[in-house]
Amino acid sequence: MFERLGNLVAFQLFGLDPASHAGAAVQFFVMDVAKIFVLLVAVIYVMGLLRAMLSPERVRAFVRDRPDWQARGMAVTLGAVTPFCSCSSVPLFIGFVEAGIPLGVTFSFLIASPMINEVAAVILVGILGWQLAALYVVAGLLVAWFGGMAMQAFRPERWVEDYVWKIHMGEAATIEPDTSLLGRHRYAVGEVKEIVGRIWRWVLIGIAVGALFHGFVPAAWVTAHLGGDDWSTVPAAVLLGIPLYSNATGIIPVAEAMLSKGVAVGTTLALMMSVAALSLPEMLILRKVIRWPALALFAGVLAVAFTLVGWGFNLIH
Amino acid sequence: MKTFKVLGGGCRNCEVTANVITQAAREAGVDITLEKVTDMAEILGYGVMSTPGVVLDGKVVHAGGIPAPDQVRAWVRD
Repeated sequence: MFERLGNLVAFQLFGLDPASHAGAAVQFFVMDVAKIFVLLVAVIYVMGLLRAMLSPERVRAFVRDRPDWQARGMAVTLGAVTPFCSCSSVPLFIGFVEAGIPLGVTFSFLIASPMINEVAAVILVGILGWQLAALYVVAGLLVAWFGGMAMQAFRPERWVEDYVWKIHMGEAATIEPDTSLLGRHRYAVGEVKEIVGRIWRWVLIGIAVGALFHGFVPAAWVTAHLGGDDWSTVPAAVLLGIPLYSNATGIIPVAEAMLSKGVAVGTTLALMMSVAALSLPEMLILRKVIRWPALALFAGVLAVAFTLVGWGFNLIH
Repeated sequence: MKTFKVLGGGCRNCEVTANVITQAAREAGVDITLEKVTDMAEILGYGVMSTPGVVLDGKVVHAGGIPAPDQVRAWVRD
């Protein structure tokens, strides 16, 4: 259906040649805009109806006072299913520290949360198929688990800003949600507006980049340079992703275009993770609670982890 | 008179929340005071980790997003 719409607009309305660069790019753009936004609205609405979103306050209550491995397991899982605005990462970090949750576990949560969320997962299934979606989610969970453990080994407590230790958190505010059908519907509509309003730019940019790649980059060049035989493409993809920032959903169309042209799976996954989880704005926000050495370490640990994931998958494939 | 506090570190959604409340009060013709709280110690003191949060007369009534318009109207009125 979406492909037909793309064909209709690109080839009949604009009269572009399907074999031309512009034709392929416009067709891809129209098809993906329609497909991704329909999926996005549907998924967020259904999740909102189920009220599947857990608040960080409840995550904190779940995770505190548990043995390390249990706490980490929960932090990673909950990080994956709770989308939170990156402007909340400072209070979240302080709240976790105040609850006595180990910093390594907090880092596991901070890694998992932007990289994996249920909305991106469903759209991954819709665009790239379930196998790739599963690969991405499993790889993300592993990186969050071991990344947090690696951070812990460096004793990051010494880099936490002093004021953080002094804050005392009040009794967690519990707000009774309206669970009637109308209440759920209103909440779901609100979620759609809020989340789509926040990420639509990233998604459009992602689709535009994907469309240009799809239309204008020759497959032969891709196979020769990004086919996965050369070990250096993976770290290059990770480095490229660090200054680039997009929402986890926005990077999906880019990955779609890359894979369709023959870029190796591991290289694509490494770029996706690097763009979604490692970003300068997020680092600057976290700078309010931890000092530069810890941030540099955080970026370093993640870059190494993404590179290993990329090499691993390129090797298997 | 009602006292509102919007809790949040100055992100865009916090600005929007403050504006929504001010506007609802003006439409209802109700006098309110509104304060934006950006100090992390105070925000967490209310037990709020997900911003923006809303405090009405000392009690947390909302956290973790922009509140719905009819919710805001209810706070302003009764």
